[in-house]
Amino acid sequence: MSYFSDIYKGIKTLLTGMSVTGGYFIRARKGAITQQYPDNRETLKMFDRFRGEVVMPHDADNRHYCTGCQSCEIACPNGSIEIIWDRAVDPETGKKKKKIDKHIYHLSMCTMCGLCIEACPTDAIVWAPNFENSVYDRSALTKVLNQPGSSVLDGIED
Amino acid sequence: MNFTQMIIPLNITKTISDWIYSIMPETAASYTIMVIIAVAYLALFAVAGLYLVLLERKVAAWFQLRIGPNRVGPWGLLQTMADALKLVSKELTSTIKIDKFLYNLAPYFVIVSALMAMAVFPFSEQFQAFDINIGVFFLIAISSIGVIGILLAGWSSNNKYALIGAMRSGLQTISYELSVGLSILTMVLLTGTLQLSEIIEAQRTGGWLILQGHVPSIIAFMIFMVAGTAETNRAPFDLVEAESELGAGFHTEYSGMKFAYFFLAEFINMFIISSIAVVLFFGGWLSPFGITENIVWFPQVFWFLIKVLGLIFLMMWFRWTFPRLRVDQLLTLEWKYLLPLNLMNIVLMAIVIWLNWTI
Repeated sequence: MSYFSDIYKGIKTLLTGMSVTGGYFIRARKGAITQQYPDNRETLKMFDRFRGEVVMPHDADNRHYCTGCQSCEIACPNGSIEIIWDRAVDPETGKKKKKIDKHIYHLSMCTMCGLCIEACPTDAIVWAPNFENSVYDRSALTKVLNQPGSSVLDGIED
Repeated sequence: MNFTQMIIPLNITKTISDWIYSIMPETAASYTIMVIIAVAYLALFAVAGLYLVLLERKVAAWFQLRIGPNRVGPWGLLQTMADALKLVSKELTSTIKIDKFLYNLAPYFVIVSALMAMAVFPFSEQFQAFDINIGVFFLIAISSIGVIGILLAGWSSNNKYALIGAMRSGLQTISYELSVGLSILTMVLLTGTLQLSEIIEAQRTGGWLILQGHVPSIIAFMIFMVAGTAETNRAPFDLVEAESELGAGFHTEYSGMKFAYFFLAEFINMFIISSIAVVLFFGGWLSPFGITENIVWFPQVFWFLIKVLGLIFLMMWFRWTFPRLRVDQLLTLEWKYLLPLNLMNIVLMAIVIWLNWTI
């Protein structure tokens, strides 16, 4: 009599499914996952893994971790990152060495693939949760990530 | 005009009808009243359909842990009104190689058959436009006319997806019509009448039919809800407009208000299936245990609508829980399970009535 046990099993599994969604229905008023964005703009906190844009964190003394090694520039699949560097004399050793001038990031071209961040040997660039990126002129989306007058933190290159 | 038992819900409508009879000859007056009632029903159910759409969207949102429309008007109450206004103002586009006449006719077939069925429902003791003695039969007949509209839409669109959708709809309706009819027949065995008002009267003393007929009634109710969901082409039986396979199915080529007619008809059909179930199983406008029977001012419509909305919620629950069936699964369910069970159930019901085992 597998015919009737099939019917019984069918009804039972359907009711299991309905109890799951019914539970969601009852809890929806409290546990809704919808963010009502413009209203909760002050309190809205994006989740950790959100990929908004690439930024370079600076510490209080305006120093960053970027050595200008160009790993990110090479890793970038569509040329969103350009590094402008020059050579300067290191005061301690007296040798000429590579030094970052500008870390240029074209947000308008970026596909948020994250390869630059994986490639960075010193973790100088990270994801920021900012997503309000609309501007009136697309040139505003070309950003210089290292702040003016900033320098690389000591001991990073060793 | 014997067949137009224009039963008037409130005293105010009685005043209006008296006034119309006083200023016109009798025949003209009865036709005028018919037209007025038709327009009133049309307006009422257009708005009811819109709010069912809103209800569906809200319920769907809550099933998916979302909030749902809440921007247009208080709690989003005007959302579907705004959508309807947008659809009315949109251009009606179509492709070149359509069959123009049938293409334009199809949406009216669907919506008119849906609205015609509304006429026979007893919303309360007096609020019934058309009380015929073959009411249940009329409902089954009318509700299967709608599929002709869907077939016409699919055929005249000259689009392979639309045609596949329409053919699936025909297949589905032919199959599940049997189950709907047989499960209704099971209940008709119990009442011994096809007139909707008398079916409700039979439940006034003996309790709702789902209790009177106990086991066979409950089986009939389950089969009716499954087959009714299939009849309205809603998920999990929405092969007709399976978005992932067929675009939008039979109404792929429709736009603007013609699309809105199909959309509205789906929701009115849902209301019809729920109303049939309420009349046949849950006592129509009768209050549970007769709690408001002696309160004169209490609207009987309230109980009718509460029960209908409960069943509509059940159908929405189905829709947002179960995945869509394949065509072979659809036919297996009908021909191998629902139909044999239904035939057994009719015999069971006959035995129950024969041996007086009804409660």
